[in-house]
Amino acid sequence: MAAPVKSKVDGAVGAVQHLTIGKAINLALRTAMEANDKVIVLGEDVGKLGGVFRITDGLQKDFGEQRVLDTPLAESGIIGTAVGLAVRGFRPVCEIQFEGFIFPGFDQIVSQVAKLHYRTQGRVKVPMVIRVPFGGGIGAVEHHSESPESLFAHVAGLKVVSCSNPVDAYWMTRQAIDCDDPVLLFEPKRLYHSGNLRAEVDTTATPDPLFASRVVRTGDAATLVAYGPSVKVCLDAATAAQEEGTSLEVIDLRTLSPLDLDPVFESVRRTGRLIAVSEAPSESSLTSEIAMRVQQECFYSLEAPVLRVTGFDTPYPPAKLEEDYLPDLDRVLHTVDRSLAW
Amino acid sequence: MSSPEQWTHPEPGAGPAATAAEPTPEQVIAGLRATTEGGAELTQLLTPEGERVASAQFDPYVSDVDDEALRNLYRDMVLVRRADRESNAMQRQGQLGIWVPLLGQEAAQIGSGRALRPSDMAFPSYREHGVAWTRGVDFRELIGIFRCSDHGGWDFRHHGFHPYTIVIGNQVLNATGYAMGQKFEGKVGDDNGEATIVYFGDGATSQGDVHEGFVWSAVYDAPVVFFCQNNQWAISEPTERQSRLPLYQRARGYGFPGIRVDGNDVLACLAVTRWALDECRHGNGPVLIEAFTYRMDAHTTTDDPTRYRLSDELEEWKLKDPIERVRAHLARGGGADQEFFDKIDAEADSFAAELRDFVFNMPDPPPERIFRNVYAEPSPVLEAQRREYLAYLDGFAGSEH
Repeated sequence: MAAPVKSKVDGAVGAVQHLTIGKAINLALRTAMEANDKVIVLGEDVGKLGGVFRITDGLQKDFGEQRVLDTPLAESGIIGTAVGLAVRGFRPVCEIQFEGFIFPGFDQIVSQVAKLHYRTQGRVKVPMVIRVPFGGGIGAVEHHSESPESLFAHVAGLKVVSCSNPVDAYWMTRQAIDCDDPVLLFEPKRLYHSGNLRAEVDTTATPDPLFASRVVRTGDAATLVAYGPSVKVCLDAATAAQEEGTSLEVIDLRTLSPLDLDPVFESVRRTGRLIAVSEAPSESSLTSEIAMRVQQECFYSLEAPVLRVTGFDTPYPPAKLEEDYLPDLDRVLHTVDRSLAW
Repeated sequence: MSSPEQWTHPEPGAGPAATAAEPTPEQVIAGLRATTEGGAELTQLLTPEGERVASAQFDPYVSDVDDEALRNLYRDMVLVRRADRESNAMQRQGQLGIWVPLLGQEAAQIGSGRALRPSDMAFPSYREHGVAWTRGVDFRELIGIFRCSDHGGWDFRHHGFHPYTIVIGNQVLNATGYAMGQKFEGKVGDDNGEATIVYFGDGATSQGDVHEGFVWSAVYDAPVVFFCQNNQWAISEPTERQSRLPLYQRARGYGFPGIRVDGNDVLACLAVTRWALDECRHGNGPVLIEAFTYRMDAHTTTDDPTRYRLSDELEEWKLKDPIERVRAHLARGGGADQEFFDKIDAEADSFAAELRDFVFNMPDPPPERIFRNVYAEPSPVLEAQRREYLAYLDGFAGSEH
């Protein structure tokens, strides 16, 4: 997998390229398709247009219409046919245009994608990836800014991951495609083209495992755990807190199912405090699960209850109100203060 | 294909009124006519009386079917019916959790199933025990589903028979995707091409997944035969609850051929399915077959058809029995004698007895089975759950619990 690749994005040369999250995913799809001709990309507008976010830009031109399928406009069709292609031996990568449109395909995901392997006692593998741009902050209309990842993490048989930076965007896409289980990849859409998140992506490096959390900043006063777009919020909050002398540890969860909470437990045993941050509504969500597991494993280490900074238990509001809805640096710092004051 | 001008629209007042407690005599008659007559476009090679009907288009597809082949088809249907009846009885005796009867649909399933080649793939729903039989899946391999001891774990690649799908219509999209794969791999284009067949019922035609399967297959010229067994009833809902026009005519709206075959005529089902598969093999894209048949028994053993359909209708359909017409044809033409029929009946009896013996002695799976094969790659969270539960059970070792 770590062989040098021919692919280049933006005319970059060599194995190391300076990329945004969007370009990193594009490069990952490209290199995966070069490495294995069973990898195909399908979705609405992914061909000529390159996807509404241009993540699949140029792929159809280079790989043809049988590797990059501009599909009819129906999500159940995209996912349901991908199941059949996977059973046939392909490794389909479905693009769902926006997370709010995944629900027509929810039946196929829950009833077939997640259960075929179990139903057949392992005879049928479903090695497919469902890419889902998710999260808010883009000033969009309804159904374009939600965070439904907990609904999928709750389904046995699915694996769910989320990237927060270009290096992970590249490697998690590659690893998700290589995984023999179905993987949903939740991509932080508002960071796709974020120039200040550009990073050096070395396509010859040895990546971290796909289903592992990672400490992305060390600290000792409290632990912040987040995934996807909220990781950057937490890192910014930690930078601001440091200026006031408070050292915060930040953990990028990366894998939402299976959860890898060992690094979180370790961290909380040192800091005694945990704040879980996510754009999703809080009730019955991943942050609920994290809080439950941490109290189970770190009961004697906790100096304060686990606190959360999340979206509210409401539908996503009109975008004029999303700054109130979304966890931001101030809400995170305010919650850190509450924890420290316990 | 007929033109839209020839489509018949239901007369106002015909068909069951949603609010009527009792159907009017006119509605009863209209309902009987609608469900027992396949119409002028019904493709039939064997009449209910066992007379052979010539067909310029479809005779070539069964030119190899001699008396011996017909006897084999007869045997298929008798054995499958016998296993079906035995399974129904075993459910009544508490040995199976549920049974899904195929009584009446033997010709549709055996005829279409025997049209397939080993390299083809069949996607069933959950009533296709007859198709399973033609694909070499033993009843003992699928009865675990109904014994509630597994979800069906036969070797789908070896048999060319995908796992059962219980969610209505899901498999139509999965089959379409599989067929797209056959095409992308270049397995389509001549006599040796591969094809996929997918089975669903009249009720499923209302599902979005079936519509999307039709759309996808048309757009990608997928080599898939949509085999709709219109058995007239989706549990308690008659076909007119699903469609205003004959189901096969829907294909026209998607841009591929649709054909209605007598689903109780094994020879016609074999011929029409061979033709449709040939269309797919040669790269001419999808075909919709509506096999016009009847569900002679309940939807499942939990159902009570006497609450929603008339016994007159059942009596009408008994006259169209799929097995009896082959028997009559063979007997009349000297293709089989009483000795043959007795031999098949005896084989069916021992086949059922073996199945019965197998079911009565089926062990329950161990609790550890709950945790097995959720993922292809291990999940530490699940592994921890498994260890914890098995350790908990070990605590009861030696005691009754």
